[in-house]
Amino acid sequence: MIVIEKLTRNFGPIAAVTGIDLSVAKGEVLGFLGPNGAGKSTTMKMIAGYLTPTSGRVSICGHDVETDTIAAQVSLGYLPEGAPAYGDMTPRHFLNFIAQVRGFSGKEAKRHAAEAAARTELEPVLDQPIETLSKGFKRRVGLAQAILHDPPVLVMDEPTDGLDPNQKHSVRRLIRSMAPEKAIIISTHLLEEVEAICTRAVIIDKGRIVADGTPASLLARSRHHNAVTLSLPARQADAATASLRRQPGVAAVEETARNGDLVTLTAYPKANELIIERISQLVTFEHWDVRELYAEAGRLDEVFRAITTPDAQRARERAAA
Amino acid sequence: MKQVFAIFRREFTAYFATPVAYVFIVIFLLAMGAFTFYVGHFYDNGNANLGVFFGYHPWLYLFLVPAVGMRLWAEESRIGTMELLLTLPVPVWASVVGKWLAAWAFTGVALALTFPIWLTVNYLGNPDNGVIVAGYLGSLLMAGAYLAISAAISATTSNQVIAFVVSVVVCFLFTISGAPLVLDVFQAWAPVVLVNTISGFSFLTHFQAISSGVIDLRDLIFFGSLIALFLLVNVVLVDLKKAN
Repeated sequence: MIVIEKLTRNFGPIAAVTGIDLSVAKGEVLGFLGPNGAGKSTTMKMIAGYLTPTSGRVSICGHDVETDTIAAQVSLGYLPEGAPAYGDMTPRHFLNFIAQVRGFSGKEAKRHAAEAAARTELEPVLDQPIETLSKGFKRRVGLAQAILHDPPVLVMDEPTDGLDPNQKHSVRRLIRSMAPEKAIIISTHLLEEVEAICTRAVIIDKGRIVADGTPASLLARSRHHNAVTLSLPARQADAATASLRRQPGVAAVEETARNGDLVTLTAYPKANELIIERISQLVTFEHWDVRELYAEAGRLDEVFRAITTPDAQRARERAAA
Repeated sequence: MKQVFAIFRREFTAYFATPVAYVFIVIFLLAMGAFTFYVGHFYDNGNANLGVFFGYHPWLYLFLVPAVGMRLWAEESRIGTMELLLTLPVPVWASVVGKWLAAWAFTGVALALTFPIWLTVNYLGNPDNGVIVAGYLGSLLMAGAYLAISAAISATTSNQVIAFVVSVVVCFLFTISGAPLVLDVFQAWAPVVLVNTISGFSFLTHFQAISSGVIDLRDLIFFGSLIALFLLVNVVLVDLKKAN
């Protein structure tokens, strides 16, 4: 539904986006990740037809965004960065305006506006000027505007930015409920959001895609993937560390926290090894007084840092050369 | 067309959403009154026509119309709604026309509210109402032209003050392009045809022709095509923003 080919955008001498290739199918929720200034928003602006690419092309539902802009934009719901809206209007008038501009008239426009407001839980503030609303409501006005015409393609730049945990939860539920019928791209800084709602995660850095896979496959790249963490009394810690190190499949053991008498140890597995079972047997066998024992899925923030820090960048450049 | 109307309605109500509209209308009417009665000595002239009243329109519009037009695009850029507007399935021309029409209609409302002076002159004497209608028509057309210029300039910046100042200067040049101040710059070196063309762009000349009661098709075409030209420039400028 969304096809991006060799998308490039320069701002003067600065290359903001360099040769991005990506396609998103119906049913996918693609999480767009990357450090600030990586080119996420620039890419989304080009998808939405707000910025003209320097080269490359984007098509939405078969319509080229540059040459067949209006048709592409009809199929698109877009939440721009910062969720801009006309502050002097009330959400009711604003959503009505959007519905009319999108070609709905009279009653139909009102119905679509009301439905979008209901799905984003805007009813309590429908008649207050948007400029007087809290950040969370403003963001939801932007969301309502994007989903109003039930588009097959949704592109949202940080849809949950500024929302409180409850609001985040309901917005995520909304996105998940729409997911089967749509192709969705969201950008976010919140890695837990990717784990919560995305079927696919793409990390971009310096305008290039540096990772593309399911959240699980990205997690698998983490050093913490399948690592085992246990807490036990300090008097048993040294013996436990030594004993854990001797286990086959364990690559390293580190003390990760010390809280009074309680020491937390983390055992990292060698590649593709599962060590939780062996360690739990060891715990029983040695009669350690463990308070906690769990295997980790991996940490997305760790993967994110590993991929997007300058060291990682240099490593990639060396590999390319 | 539906979209032009939707944009028009949003923009038009936006003027009245804040006190700005009322402040503007009050200042517009006060200024019109002050110039007509105190500077133009409407009563002392003893003429039953609105020549004095219309005579000041170009000069008042010079400042008041850019004030109406300055926000049209600059504000969208500043608060980021430009991105929203340009990613809705609306052709750029529809936004340009809708916005301009809204601003024009607003100016029209302000102009229509000067009707007491029409009543006054009819009470005091027997004016030629045909000439007065022509004057209003010419004034409205001229306001539309000033607005088209201001709207196009508003699309080049996100700063309303800059949009205002530049619009005033450009509108000023168009107003007096028949005057020596402008023509002298060209007379020394430019061919006569060019000098004549430039002097032909004078709003004053065309407006004076209409407001004296002579509705010449050429004057109408002048304002009409100038409006069309600047709306086109406006579309191009908004499109350029995308590329930037």
